[in-house]
Amino acid sequence: MALLTIEDLRVEYRTSRGVTRAVDGVNLEVHEGEVLGLVGESGCGKTTLGRAIIRVLPRNAGIAGGRILFDGTDLAALPEPEMARYRWREIAMVPQAAMDSLDPVYRLGDQFHEVLTITGRLARAAARARALELCDLVGLDRRRLAAYPHELSGGMRQRAAIALALALSPRLILADEPVTALDVVVQHHILRRLRQLRAELSLSVVLVTHDISVIAQTCDRMAVMYAGKIVEVGRTVDVFARPQHPYTMGLQNSFPNLLRPQEMLIPIEGAPPDLLTPPPGCRFAPRCPFAVDRCPVDSPALRELTPGRWAACHRAEEADVLRLHAREAQRWRVPVL
Amino acid sequence: MRNGSVQVLPRPRTPGFAAGRRAWESFRGVLQHDRFAVAGVCIYLVFILVAAAAPLIAPYDPQQTITKGDDLMANQPPGPSFLLGTTNVGRDIFSQLVYGARPALTVGFTAAFFVALIGTVVGIVAGYYGGWIDAVLMRLADVAFGIPFLPLVIVLVAFLGPSLWNIVLTMALLLWKDTARVVRAQVLSLRERGFVESARVLGASPLRLMLVHIAPNILPLALLYGSLAIGWAILTEAAVSFLGFGDSTRISWGFILQDAYISQALSNGQFNWFVPPGICIMLVVMAGYFISRGYEELLFPRLRRQ
Amino acid sequence: MARPGAVMASRAAAPRIDGSLVVAEAVQKYFPIRRGLFGRGAGDYLRGVDGVSFAIPGGTSLGIAGESGCGKTTLARLLLRLLTPTAGRIVFAGVDLGTLDGAALLGFRRQAQLMVQNPYEAINPRFTIGRALMEPLIIHRIGAGEDRLDRVIAALTQVNLHPAEAFLDKFPHQLSGGQLQRVGLARALMVDPIFLVADEPVSMLDVSVRAGVLNLMKAIARSRQLTTVYISHDLSLVRYVCDTTMIMYLGTVAEIGPTDAVLAHPKHPYTQLLVAAAPVPDPTYPVPEIAAPEQVPTPIGPAHGCPFKDRCPHVMPVCHTTTPPLVFVGPKHQAACHLYEPTH
Repeated sequence: MALLTIEDLRVEYRTSRGVTRAVDGVNLEVHEGEVLGLVGESGCGKTTLGRAIIRVLPRNAGIAGGRILFDGTDLAALPEPEMARYRWREIAMVPQAAMDSLDPVYRLGDQFHEVLTITGRLARAAARARALELCDLVGLDRRRLAAYPHELSGGMRQRAAIALALALSPRLILADEPVTALDVVVQHHILRRLRQLRAELSLSVVLVTHDISVIAQTCDRMAVMYAGKIVEVGRTVDVFARPQHPYTMGLQNSFPNLLRPQEMLIPIEGAPPDLLTPPPGCRFAPRCPFAVDRCPVDSPALRELTPGRWAACHRAEEADVLRLHAREAQRWRVPVL
Repeated sequence: MRNGSVQVLPRPRTPGFAAGRRAWESFRGVLQHDRFAVAGVCIYLVFILVAAAAPLIAPYDPQQTITKGDDLMANQPPGPSFLLGTTNVGRDIFSQLVYGARPALTVGFTAAFFVALIGTVVGIVAGYYGGWIDAVLMRLADVAFGIPFLPLVIVLVAFLGPSLWNIVLTMALLLWKDTARVVRAQVLSLRERGFVESARVLGASPLRLMLVHIAPNILPLALLYGSLAIGWAILTEAAVSFLGFGDSTRISWGFILQDAYISQALSNGQFNWFVPPGICIMLVVMAGYFISRGYEELLFPRLRRQ
Repeated sequence: MARPGAVMASRAAAPRIDGSLVVAEAVQKYFPIRRGLFGRGAGDYLRGVDGVSFAIPGGTSLGIAGESGCGKTTLARLLLRLLTPTAGRIVFAGVDLGTLDGAALLGFRRQAQLMVQNPYEAINPRFTIGRALMEPLIIHRIGAGEDRLDRVIAALTQVNLHPAEAFLDKFPHQLSGGQLQRVGLARALMVDPIFLVADEPVSMLDVSVRAGVLNLMKAIARSRQLTTVYISHDLSLVRYVCDTTMIMYLGTVAEIGPTDAVLAHPKHPYTQLLVAAAPVPDPTYPVPEIAAPEQVPTPIGPAHGCPFKDRCPHVMPVCHTTTPPLVFVGPKHQAACHLYEPTH
């Protein structure tokens, strides 16, 4: 069952050069108790999508249309005071570079205290107990509550940020690049903890990242985002084994695999389109090795080809054949070395 | 960005150092968006014109005591022949005001130039080398912070004589410290940037690194402090003149204020005497501030409204 | 090509495929830590690089990998003489880097180049791309006028920035990260170096762009017979690009050897930990359990025993007392671990 359903969401940024639609008609479901990965490169809109869900967009951005249904309520239409009741309590966010978002002039314990007593309305003693509980939950040494953020390592700060997000037992957590700046061993531990928490607390997690190996390791289902649109959705195992969208195939091609070093990496030439004036057809068409005449003209809708598998590509039915050709470097207009 | 066909593009001239062109474009850009900066530039331009064309604009010699027949035209109220009236010894206030723009702007720009120059050089050298050079220079700056300005001016003037250039000298000696501090901080962070490190690896000498790579990136900051310094300098000159330590052979706005004060213009209600120079000082200092505020956005683009 | 007053061996005479271009001998770099108002407390220092020895054969690529704080960045700067060692020495083409100054140093600067991590900071923001690429030519007085322009255009073409003329008047902020990194590479190649150090060259680029830059670097290194050093925290990258891999931990070499050997059959417990923890883009790959605590100690003060002793699952009493020397665990493959010592 769907905990969160996003319907045709559009988010716009007003800049001095015009209006950019960073999220353009996104349809997505987050199921109860799952970890959903949202993967894409810089500028694809994944961070904006996450922030739109919890309604913490910057001043020059706004939801231009669509619905965000959480338990039947449209979060996009809620006035701010009501939205505030959902934040932290039902949906919480671990923002990008969360470890740098801790207030440097307050001890960790004080920051927990603030969330728990003010937003959570817990009494002091209950807040204290909960703070200790949260530390154990994320694997943070209880004594660290007395420390200032700068006295802690990156990994500890990240755990603290996750603990803060969990403070009021939300049902959904949005984690934006939760492990990007961390060393690989710390990353491993934190991701594993996140998965365990999912089971222990029956939590749903949306994990936003650019790193497909993090998705592979942590997420049950995944959605691939490109230039403001979702281009592929499915169970992680399925999408990795049988990608249906050329962009996903391209991403796989360009990702080095420690266990398969002999494979040549194939980059995707070119760059994503400028979202100020998005092209009328498929946004990936200029860089797509399989584009046909229809593609630059006709924007493909996200279609459910088999239950649970969605792709936004006119040639998705031919995916099996295209996949084979995707391994040929010259298709991507790349010189073979 | 690959083209299928071979595109023959015109060969450009040897690529030059485009910083100059870009700086001018940024300057113009600021003017387009910030009306205060435009106002500031206009005010400066007006005063510069007035100062340059003083002999043409001022109806009288500012030092000349004006007589009509046997009568000394003293304490005349503003009127058609004396736009702002006259002083107690018959000098035309308007002419004094016009000529007063000269020392104000001269001192302002010269002192600001030297303050910015010394401050920038010290800041860059201290920031780049670090170590004992930095320590020595910054201790010097601390000393400069500690010495009170006006008393030093008074002492120097007592020794060297009350000339405009001595005031400029004092300012240059003492006022560089703020610029130096800020420039040094900027250099410390610039030094770690990839392009400076790359330039080192490429083989650039320390002098080249400081002049070609670091200084142009510091220039906006130096200019910012320079334009602030113009305001400081003018105010200082006015203060010094007002206190009577200024150059009495040159009519400056501060001198007019002092003259008015001594002649008890306030109790005599001669607003025409002491208000105009005050307004002029205020305008020029404000103009400097407006312009530097416009440049702040250049330095810190995040301040710009989206 | 006459270089002004060059004392260094010319490109043709530099030791190439047979023989090592760069040799590090017991290199140490300690950083004094200032405590209190008046300077350092007695003996307080940070062990940035703590006794590292290795040799890089000409024309090969060495990957230096490890977590943050392991000293790889410091070592890179030592190799380029941006820092000087506190002890030990680095020998480049038979010459001790520490003895270089003046014209000889300038000659070295022509032979050894750098690619920095952050593409957005790699080029002076006030320079156009064309001007930035001219800088090395100006510094080393190579060519003149039209000829310089030809070289710049040739360099841009070689890094696949087409059409080259279009990039000459652009400013860095107008280019993407991938393009900027290519410009950085082109700039490094302007002086025709024989040695290139790349510090996390793709870590700040989008994933789909990385492959292009890496392939380019591989191809160029091969065609120019460049000796390269890649600093990276990403083992999969090192595996893709480098012939030899060196794993660093707390300023020391934990393991060094042919890449396939080190990363497919790691011998040092730390390398094993890194390989186990490395994320793999394959959801069917079983993620291994890792017991080691994640906390990396800070290397302050004198070293005792093996630097990895606090986290090692195979720690023994000798690890606390004696620093393990590098011993051979395979052909050209060494590890600094007491487990492999012949006397054990």
